[in-house]
Amino acid sequence: MAHLDDRTEHHTAKPEGSSKKVETTDEPRTTTPQKISGMGHRMKRKEDPRFLQGKGRYIDDVKLPGMLHMDLVRSPYAHAKILKIDASEALKLPGVLAVITGEDLKKAGNLHWMPTLMSDTQMVLPIEKVVYYAQEVCAIIATDRYIAADAVEKVVVEYEPLPAVVDPREALKDTVIVREDKEKKTNHIWHWSAGDKAATDKVFASAKHVVKEDIYLPRIHVASIETCGMVANYDKVRGHMQIYMTSQAPHAHRTVFALVSGLPEQQIQIISPDIGGGFGGKVPVYPGYVVCAVASLVTGKPVKWVEDRSENLQADSFARDYHMHAEMAADANGKIVGLRVKTISDCGAADAAANPSKFPAGLYSICTGSYDMQAAHVEVDGVYTTKPPGGVAYRCSFRVTEAVHMIERMTDILAHDLSVDPAEFRLKNFIKPEQFPYRSPTGWQYDSGNYAGALQKAMQMIDYAGLRKEQAEKRKKGELMGIGISSFTEVVGAGPSRDYDILGIKMFDSAEIRIHPTGKAIARFGTKSQGQGHETTYAQIIAEELGLPAADIQVEEGDTDTAPYGLGTYASRSTPTAGAAGVMAARKIKAKCKKIAAYLLEVGEEDLEWNVDRFEVKGSPAQHKTIQQLAFAAYTNHPPGVEAGLEATDYYDPPNLTFPFGSYICAVDIDSGTGEVKVRRFVAVDDCGNIINPMIVEGQIQGGLTMGLAPALFEEIVYDENGQNLTGTLADYLLPTAVESPHWELGKTITPSPHHPVGAKGVGESPTVGAPPAIANAVVDALWHLGVRHVDIPITPQKVWKLLRQHGVTG
Amino acid sequence: MSRHLVTLSVNGQPMKQEVEARTLLVHFIRENLGLTGTHIGCDTTSCGACTILLDGKPVKSCTLFAVQAEGASIETIEGVAQDGTLHPLQEGFWEKHGLQCGFCTPGMIMCAKAYLAKNPRPKDSEIRQAISGNLCRCTGYNKIVEAIQYAADKLQASEGKGG
Repeated sequence: MAHLDDRTEHHTAKPEGSSKKVETTDEPRTTTPQKISGMGHRMKRKEDPRFLQGKGRYIDDVKLPGMLHMDLVRSPYAHAKILKIDASEALKLPGVLAVITGEDLKKAGNLHWMPTLMSDTQMVLPIEKVVYYAQEVCAIIATDRYIAADAVEKVVVEYEPLPAVVDPREALKDTVIVREDKEKKTNHIWHWSAGDKAATDKVFASAKHVVKEDIYLPRIHVASIETCGMVANYDKVRGHMQIYMTSQAPHAHRTVFALVSGLPEQQIQIISPDIGGGFGGKVPVYPGYVVCAVASLVTGKPVKWVEDRSENLQADSFARDYHMHAEMAADANGKIVGLRVKTISDCGAADAAANPSKFPAGLYSICTGSYDMQAAHVEVDGVYTTKPPGGVAYRCSFRVTEAVHMIERMTDILAHDLSVDPAEFRLKNFIKPEQFPYRSPTGWQYDSGNYAGALQKAMQMIDYAGLRKEQAEKRKKGELMGIGISSFTEVVGAGPSRDYDILGIKMFDSAEIRIHPTGKAIARFGTKSQGQGHETTYAQIIAEELGLPAADIQVEEGDTDTAPYGLGTYASRSTPTAGAAGVMAARKIKAKCKKIAAYLLEVGEEDLEWNVDRFEVKGSPAQHKTIQQLAFAAYTNHPPGVEAGLEATDYYDPPNLTFPFGSYICAVDIDSGTGEVKVRRFVAVDDCGNIINPMIVEGQIQGGLTMGLAPALFEEIVYDENGQNLTGTLADYLLPTAVESPHWELGKTITPSPHHPVGAKGVGESPTVGAPPAIANAVVDALWHLGVRHVDIPITPQKVWKLLRQHGVTG
Repeated sequence: MSRHLVTLSVNGQPMKQEVEARTLLVHFIRENLGLTGTHIGCDTTSCGACTILLDGKPVKSCTLFAVQAEGASIETIEGVAQDGTLHPLQEGFWEKHGLQCGFCTPGMIMCAKAYLAKNPRPKDSEIRQAISGNLCRCTGYNKIVEAIQYAADKLQASEGKGG
């Protein structure tokens, strides 16, 4: 297994399909009538009737005959030697069948360790020591979930506490070694860099203005309302393992299970049922999943494991935890010329980040954002601490949130330092529409964009000039009001096979469409919806291409026995990859339909043209065959020399990623007595390329905005100096409710992707990425005149209250 | 562990079941009655995914024992649609895109149903307050508020017609 040492990021130059010029428009186009509901229609979701009537099937709803239950004993220490595990009293409880320890897993074939997605290793169950609070120590298998919970209390584990190391800067001193199993006795895991160091240093040496800031993005947790879980069902006679699992990537997980367990892959079926929110938290393989599968293998019975909320918050993969030191340089004309960043990534006790293999810091190097500059250099060091392992997205594309927060904060600080309005400063420094495809100083090739268009629209919607006037008047009266802008660029849709893989498997995605004789269809995809509405949007994409009503197309995902292989849903990749595969598969079907139509109409293929849902003879539209007629003919009267049936599969390898963008402006009021920040208005102008279903896109944006508000103002996983989690329930880890969530005001521009087959880009995460710096910038904007340059998120009332007192405001 | 007979009405149907004293009402509903539309999202009465109506009042069923429902009438999401016709709240959530993953939806609908019975003409801010014990991670709440407003309007209109 390769060690991720000293990596430099390289990108392939000039991806195909990126050079086509595109125009920006305001409204989605529709080419089909409502009864077909192709792209651009606000179709009500096909999946909703079951959810509205309590008929969704989530992991805890899966109940199999003879099913056993698993519960886990967890560590009360962040770092401790395990001296003894005594389960004798637990085993005496009626209904307790087994206790599984690390030793048992070791005997079962060294299953006590597992590989992470980043080619590191992680304990499944420990033998020598625990390395984070709430770590899985051993598992109870019982006939009932109440009995299993009773037994957890009866297990006596003797520990010898070791010093915890919670701060990664402390960890870099190597006084406490987290991973003594490693050959190198250090907590430093890897060093990674992108961009040109020499060129950047040169730009900085001659720059007129340089600003510096330390910015910390704290640990947060996705906290999907459904926790994680599994029902493993091993059939000893058939040697077949059926696994129901809260999985955002069922095919990848099947391959991981095959590689780790040695079971032949055709004997493993993973079914990802309805998922109650994912946001990246259901991408990793957690120890509980592995032990649950082993428990079923050993007992030959179905075993269910569903985390409770505190387990989910305390031990599952976190997001962020990036300590960034950034410097930005500008010339005498106020033009940004360079960016230089050093970052410490707190990985916890293993590098278990959910990133593509070659990107240990994810897509963080997108950090030059929406601005044209000469040079940039960005470095990240990965560090072990005695905290849970992870590094998942929290609704973003692999560390893009960290990148965007940093560049948007730095841009604002520089603008304020130069006494230039932050909107004017951005407009001056944006990459211009004519510069696309744009090659960034860290090597990305942006596909399309119109950044000034989005910002100007947002300024108009919120009446930016009016707000600035109001702010000036309020300031005279001593009232604190701030206006914050974030003009972000996302990078989604991983990704092209030349650069993107997970454990070696390339990050294509797939679609398979079968048209039935009566003109109805089933389509299966390698992705897996967790609420994004794939059953509707994929049907609309196919409806657009083939003219079949979206209502007649059944979409299925999540069963590895039936769906084509794909890498799953995260990082806003479904529409850019599997959605594109759906288009390509539909076009293969259309090509076959053309042959059938030519045969039936007794004309040459070149005499036919497509019109919404039919092939017509050019100049004689009365002579035509509809898609339904052609489907019937494919089974009843297929042309000689052409195969019967009508189906197609496509594995789509995207030529480039897609680069959605937007501009957000928010106005906040700060109560100088309490330190409370109130988001009074928030305008979000998003550009995600061509829109498939405007209603679903709005829903994704609104939800993402609230999930951006959350870390900006409320959420943080807090540890004490012993590594104890102080925010292990939803009573301490604060999710926004309907009361805190503002009335979001949405706007849009549409700048299609030049390389995606229907010009779409991906949208679910842009708002989570773009919203936090807009809010942070607004708060700093309200306090800048007092001498406040920066405040780390979450911007809690306590933090603001203290800042105000430090700067002489007493309320 | 002592066992108790619980007699209650569930979605209008009389039921009688024996349970352990410690069985939580939410587990009773999901496991004993097989009504899995009521969900579990936390251990601290924080998320509201398990909200049901107990004698018309919204309660978080993870924080009651099954025996506490003795003699009560409970309503779950499975009892909301009548004869295959969606309730105006279910219709509103569908029309206004008030759900994404659907996990919080049953609790949200039950909470809203009890609230509209109490306040049939709510303001936006009142709806937000009423559902503040129910967490949603997907929608950002705006469309949930619109969905509940849609249902309030529809229920008012049908009342106006004497329906």
